[in-house]
Amino acid sequence: MVIKKPNEIKSSEITDEKTYLNRRNFIRAGLLAGTTLATAGVYRFINPPPPKAVVTAEIQNIIKPTDFRTEEKLNTFEEITNYNNYYEFSTSKTAVAREAEDFITRPWTVEVGGLVQKPKTFDIEDLLKFDQEERIYRFRCVEGWSMVIPWIGFPLKKILDSVKPLGAAKYVAFETLYDSKQMQSSFSAGIALPYVEGLRLDEAAHPLTILATGLYGKQMPNQNGAPIRLIVPWKYGFKSIKSVVKITLTDQEPPTTWNIAAPSEYGFYSNVNPNVRHPRWSQATENRIGEYTRRSTLLFNGYAEQVESLYSEMDLKRFF
Amino acid sequence: MNDVKFYKLIIFINSLVPLALLGWDAVFGKLGANPIEFFLRTTGVLTLLFLLITLSVTPLRKYYGWNNLVKFRRMLGLYSFFYGFLHLVTYSIFDKSFSLSAIASDVWQRPFIAIGMLAFFTLIPIAVTSTNGMIKRLGGKNWARLHKLTYIAAILGVIHFWMIVKSDVFYPLLFGLVLGGLLGYRIYAAYEKPKKVLATK
Repeated sequence: MVIKKPNEIKSSEITDEKTYLNRRNFIRAGLLAGTTLATAGVYRFINPPPPKAVVTAEIQNIIKPTDFRTEEKLNTFEEITNYNNYYEFSTSKTAVAREAEDFITRPWTVEVGGLVQKPKTFDIEDLLKFDQEERIYRFRCVEGWSMVIPWIGFPLKKILDSVKPLGAAKYVAFETLYDSKQMQSSFSAGIALPYVEGLRLDEAAHPLTILATGLYGKQMPNQNGAPIRLIVPWKYGFKSIKSVVKITLTDQEPPTTWNIAAPSEYGFYSNVNPNVRHPRWSQATENRIGEYTRRSTLLFNGYAEQVESLYSEMDLKRFF
Repeated sequence: MNDVKFYKLIIFINSLVPLALLGWDAVFGKLGANPIEFFLRTTGVLTLLFLLITLSVTPLRKYYGWNNLVKFRRMLGLYSFFYGFLHLVTYSIFDKSFSLSAIASDVWQRPFIAIGMLAFFTLIPIAVTSTNGMIKRLGGKNWARLHKLTYIAAILGVIHFWMIVKSDVFYPLLFGLVLGGLLGYRIYAAYEKPKKVLATK
């Protein structure tokens, strides 16, 4: 490169001031626009929009019993399917729908055994042949939010009756599928996997307790616990275990995932109770998804009339 | 406009981008199923993020000799305060319906709220004394000492974040590690060159 001495630069070669300033302004405008777009891009990358809803098969001949339904305003399908706690896929509630998109739920069997006379393995297609009922329940998460969801399913009692529990059976243990090829590691989830839950036998046999196979008239979306999950409407949502593969009747209180993770925060019973505090989330009030002010949380999530007899002898603060 | 002023403009605009996108998504109902929680989480993370960026100015300046960086520090710090303020206001209005008694009992019952609140109150004197006039009035030494509160605010902020997550500690851990590095550098620098300790102001 030839470096000319100042007296060798012809005046015609010197960029005039106006062009220089224009060029500088042009570069600055470019920098401003470029960095702004880049920042916006990073924001969008971290907070992507929800994926397109996956349409599942219609469930036929749904029975709509007049009890077992609240008249409260339903949450929308979009809300129900884009705000999920399903740690096997993601610890972010808004990312589960996307992460669970390719979850394979066929073939699927539910193995029922333990202290029963007739252990039995049910194929999902057979379970879908049970009479399917619509149950419109409140759903209250321990994190302080709630929804109203039109589940489709059938009473768990039907399964329990068909395997004939032995007299010694006092509890029912549940287990979610854990497939490391389709799900994240226990380390990433921050909890022990497979996910396990449990109920007392009388809770499991209660008419409100159902195995849900769908919602809004369609088969269960993956992110909501396809193809079959438990729903226990008077307990915090984490008790309503998703994608069930195993049901075992036992004589001892079964271990439950969140209780193992933090025993002082999540008890075995975990009944919705505004009088039992949680260190992080207020349990006295809740944020109904779709509303902008908090509403009071009801004892047993509003199902006290139906379930309080199950706990008449118990100190609910001690057995939280 | 000189270069410093121009870069200030770039930082000013870019720091507002997350708020603009939050506002845009709010108007079009695209904040997801739980907009309040999303707004709270985003403003909270931004508060910590700006606090960490602010705290990285001194190490970068000293390590690379980029002395001009210090000219942007006040704005970055004030953005942290700004997002922290939005975080607190959102919590007060939507989570607690602006009820002081509800907030007070929340502080009492939930330690993570108390810690977050304390972190914010720690930021107030720093924000208030961020003007040139205040630096003069306090004197450089006192001012620098007062502004060390930033370390406390950042530590409390990370603890606050850590306490709210259920099991997914990845992000709080990441913030904690970065903060540890930034504070560790300061301890190291103070230990290595005791005479230059004032340079951390």
